[in-house]
Amino acid sequence: MTMKRKFLENYFLWFAFLLLSILSSFQQSKTAAANDSFVKIIFVNNIRGNKVILNDSTYTNSFAEKYTITKLRYYITNVSLKNGHANVKEKKSYHLIDESKISSRVINFSVPAGDYNSIQFLLGVDSLHNVSGAQTDDLDPTKDMFWTWNSGYVMAKMEGHSPDSKMVNNKYEFHVGGFSGPYNVLKEIHLEFPGKVIHFEVGKRYKIFISADINTWWQNPHDIRIAEHATITTPGENAKNISDNYANMFHLEKVIPE
Amino acid sequence: MKKKISILIIFFVVAFAIALEAGRKESDEYSLLLATPLKLTIPKGWPKPASDIFANNPLTEEGFQLGRKLFYDGRLSKDGNFACASCHQQFAAFATYDHDLSHGFHDQFTTRNAPPLFNLAWSRLLHWDGGVNHIEVQALSPMTAPNEMAENIDSVLQKLRKDTSYQRMFASAFGSKMMNSQRMLKALAQFVGSLISSNSKYDKVKKGEDKFNAAEQRGYELFKQRCNTCHKEPLFTDYSFRNNGLPLNDFLKDYGRMRITGNPMDSLKFKVPSLRNVSVTFPYMHDGRLYSLYDVIDHYSKGIQQSATLDSSLKKGISFSEDEKNDIIYFLHTLKDTTFLNDKRFSQP
Repeated sequence: MTMKRKFLENYFLWFAFLLLSILSSFQQSKTAAANDSFVKIIFVNNIRGNKVILNDSTYTNSFAEKYTITKLRYYITNVSLKNGHANVKEKKSYHLIDESKISSRVINFSVPAGDYNSIQFLLGVDSLHNVSGAQTDDLDPTKDMFWTWNSGYVMAKMEGHSPDSKMVNNKYEFHVGGFSGPYNVLKEIHLEFPGKVIHFEVGKRYKIFISADINTWWQNPHDIRIAEHATITTPGENAKNISDNYANMFHLEKVIPE
Repeated sequence: MKKKISILIIFFVVAFAIALEAGRKESDEYSLLLATPLKLTIPKGWPKPASDIFANNPLTEEGFQLGRKLFYDGRLSKDGNFACASCHQQFAAFATYDHDLSHGFHDQFTTRNAPPLFNLAWSRLLHWDGGVNHIEVQALSPMTAPNEMAENIDSVLQKLRKDTSYQRMFASAFGSKMMNSQRMLKALAQFVGSLISSNSKYDKVKKGEDKFNAAEQRGYELFKQRCNTCHKEPLFTDYSFRNNGLPLNDFLKDYGRMRITGNPMDSLKFKVPSLRNVSVTFPYMHDGRLYSLYDVIDHYSKGIQQSATLDSSLKKGISFSEDEKNDIIYFLHTLKDTTFLNDKRFSQP
């Protein structure tokens, strides 16, 4: 065996080894890093503290109008946890919270272990993803949250019945959307942790409970009476008004180790 | 020596397996290495498209062919009768030939005239009212409209999944036979976005390959004086939304662009259509109310209805003598692109 051949053989071996290590590190980067904590963000839809029950329960709004809820969905996107001045953003952060699907109400998020003091997210789909063509997963148009006649996402949807509705079958329907101009309904939500800073330990699991009081949709700052506004299904002033109201629906209840 | 070679082989096998696994997870990018890339050719002298419609949808031969099959497939509609191509016929430059309004599910009429489909990469907003902001999501609208294809997307996908030829074509276009709305819509966008019409007599004259006859030349001069503001060369539209003085149809009550923007200043405004292939896209206007090119020119001469949002260039109408009418129509016929109308690449597969 000549020196040259030996060198070449070694060269190939080293090359193979290098390729292998690059590829395996590439693989590792896809799974959770070793110093992560695991956070479950759980949305609890309620009416003044009572859990929402679709179809069967009747609720009363601030104007003494009775109503049921048959459909309740909203988009939570661009979720991030704040760690001092740093902001840990969830990748591909698009979640459709659907009251009729239990699993949809939980967002799993791995973050580097450390101190955190708040959570931030967008209620609705950011404007970029309203103009970027066909999407998948929770942004898939088959989720029935995309307007085909006026491209854009329905950011939040509530439907049901009320004796005060003058519409067919006493229906009321709110399909709230609009991502640009004066009637943009996107809402940035920022919620502080109750005990201020919480330390997330490596490898440990945590739950963040966020309650969403659906009764906020009807009032403050704008009065939305079913008798006057039983259907709001296009972007515009009424949709903007509902979004101003429901921007107040979230309350961070607790952050606890699992 | 032998030992070293076997170690080497093991290394490569493991590396290959890991690479395959990584590739499977990143299936879209991986598959595109295998598909045949295509390039959208911008005709010489044309402006750049308004946006890169294929920026997140790399154009490939396999994607184009899948889109073509979908475009001609009635299974995209509820009862199987209404393919995209049933209202967008190639011989009519992908408009509906000789129909003011098209027909949809259960003998229903559409509410607007089916626009021809070509040169869509230059159109930032689609539909007569500009309500659709991306070519990929356009198809959702006719597919789900109850008076058009009347279908829901999940049900379409269920039908397609059973078809082994679609399984093969999705796999070769996107790397796996997985079918979802995004892949279907992207494939359709590849076909429809590739429809380019740029080889009319007008284009040949511009390239010095042909000559206008005397009437066509007179018509062209008139066109440049009186029509070119809105129907701007070389695309023959400026893609703006304008009120061209058509009275409101009391049955359809279509206020056009205002329905999208909610702005009263947009009342009765519709997109300026391209005049390419205009001789085969009759009847005209957003609701097909004008049957012939003569009717259209008569409208601009003496049919303009004054209103608050009427386009400022039309306040006094545009008058034409009888001879001028004939000349301008001679010119408009030179915009017919027979290469495009007969292009086998765009026909039913």
